[in-house]
Amino acid sequence: MVELLERLDCTVEFRQEQTCCGQMHLNAGYRDEGLALVERFRGVFAGADAIVAPSASCAGHVRAAAPELPVYELTEYLTDVLGVVDVGARFPHRVCYHPTCHSLRELHVGDRPQRLLGSVGGLEVVPLADADQCCGFGGTFAVKNADVSTAMMEDKLDRIEQSGAEIVTSADNSCLMHLGGGLRRRGSAVRTMHLVEILAAT
Amino acid sequence: MSAARRSSASFPSAARVELGRTQLRRNLGHATATIRRKRLATVGELADWEELREAGRVIKDRTMRSLDRHLEEFERAFTAAGGEVHWARDADEANAITVAIALRHGATEVVKVKSLTTDEIGLNDALAAAGVDAIETDFAELILQLDGDWSSHILVPAIHRNRTEIRDLFRRTIGDAELTDDPSQLAETARRHLRERFLRARVGISGANFAVAETGSLVVLESEGNGRMCTTLPNVLISVVGIEKLVPRWEDLEVFLQLLPRSSTGERMNPYTSVWSGPVEGDGPREMHVILLDNGRTRVLADAVGRQALHCIRCSACLNVCPVYERTGGHAYGSIYPGPIGAILTPQLEGIDHAPSLPFASSLCGACEEACPVKIEIPRVLVHLRGKAPKPRAERRAFAALAWAFADRRRYERGQRLARLGRGLGRLGPLRGWTASRELPQVPDTSFRDWWRDRGA
Repeated sequence: MVELLERLDCTVEFRQEQTCCGQMHLNAGYRDEGLALVERFRGVFAGADAIVAPSASCAGHVRAAAPELPVYELTEYLTDVLGVVDVGARFPHRVCYHPTCHSLRELHVGDRPQRLLGSVGGLEVVPLADADQCCGFGGTFAVKNADVSTAMMEDKLDRIEQSGAEIVTSADNSCLMHLGGGLRRRGSAVRTMHLVEILAAT
Repeated sequence: MSAARRSSASFPSAARVELGRTQLRRNLGHATATIRRKRLATVGELADWEELREAGRVIKDRTMRSLDRHLEEFERAFTAAGGEVHWARDADEANAITVAIALRHGATEVVKVKSLTTDEIGLNDALAAAGVDAIETDFAELILQLDGDWSSHILVPAIHRNRTEIRDLFRRTIGDAELTDDPSQLAETARRHLRERFLRARVGISGANFAVAETGSLVVLESEGNGRMCTTLPNVLISVVGIEKLVPRWEDLEVFLQLLPRSSTGERMNPYTSVWSGPVEGDGPREMHVILLDNGRTRVLADAVGRQALHCIRCSACLNVCPVYERTGGHAYGSIYPGPIGAILTPQLEGIDHAPSLPFASSLCGACEEACPVKIEIPRVLVHLRGKAPKPRAERRAFAALAWAFADRRRYERGQRLARLGRGLGRLGPLRGWTASRELPQVPDTSFRDWWRDRGA
């Protein structure tokens, strides 16, 4: 993400005091700990012009918990603030896009990721059936309700493999970690890549 | 275990059993996909759908703020029209009132409209204990009653059953041996069985979808017409109504009668809408009772975040779009209120200690909130209830340790280094749930932080 943003003439700063935004604690039912981490996030990122996260889930959480902060999910920042759709990337592969629940239903990023992917040189976007269905990750849900999580994942992996894509991409590493773990367990040839890795490729 | 609960198993272990039933998963996957498609099509016809949802939300929100006033207004209006209003604090009180009325009229049999509220209080069992047979007249409820089964869906109680299973059940119980699985034959069998019971019943029992305060009216929406028979043929009608079913004005129905059918069955209008406002000379029941039921609702009302669960109009759209419900079915939730709405309603009505696993029975994907016709923020309430739920000690310790590590950069970085060293340890301990079906993530040799620092140097 650093390389991509610098290529687009942004000055990128990484504040090394940052840790976790608190979403995991909050969503798992540890409210006080989660809110303390939001508070910490506020302090660490004070004064930034824009806070860009390569995670719809974290961006959505911070936007809800600290609405005064200028937090953007990466594709929002690229299309809305920088006004670019063609980021000058080249990635000659067949890719399907999994719209994660938080990009779709919390941030409402709409077709921003698809527009960005559509402008990547050599890249072919292949459609993913039942794309809006949750992949089954859900944070601690993946462990607490591992059987249901797995049943949801298997259906998603079937759709991904049926799409004919070489790569499945999305705006959330957490969902990709879950899907990638399932794909490798299956011995599938399909790989996971975060959206920003594709957009940074030249 | 109170009456709304049908099982005390935790959600994860009940879900594991249900996931193993391949026929159930096929039935559910097919049924929910069909209803989802129909709902999207009919909802898409209305240009003002979002305004309707907002209107529904606002009416419910305002009603709850002065529920006491609306309830008393309803009582005045219904009483003035010649009906009788009873107040029940809990299931036992509501059951006792109903049983007393039935016995007073010498009933040994009552006919029932499909009603979740009477299921919640376990009314059929209470009636049976007093020697009164409660006959479910909704087609799906009849199926379940004949089989000693229980509802797995708010609107389509036998959604987990297919035609062949129903044919076999009817052959064993109310049908003859030549019965096929043709839907019209199955329906005819049920119709013949029920018709004589409708005609001889002295007492009918219903719930209500809405109770209108200003006119003292009860409203029941249904698809089969059996509800109309239950509410018109017997001499006595008893309706058990949760206090959250109130709407202040007659014109509020304009909003809900559009929202409910489109959200529930994907129909523009439901086939039968019955409305009654007290007995009418020479037509229908001569005696009408309403039992206004609390049974935990005022406690829910006291929770500023959780109270929106009471706005639910029982359309079941959230069940049909829920990826968890679609795979586990309703029984895994162990309550007559299953799915996302059940996951926030049951723990609140009964107390979180009675259903501590339900708020976690969700990936928080948000499909439920998006589909809800009265915009209940189900994920937000789930998270709120997770905060109140008792959690295992090992988990509490792990989250405390994480919070401690996240509170300080150096501790956090040490943790990252440990994670790189500890690759492969995840097959043990709490991460077993992960590694049973997934590989652990490949942790890169160089962390982003190291890369960043080297780059600056």
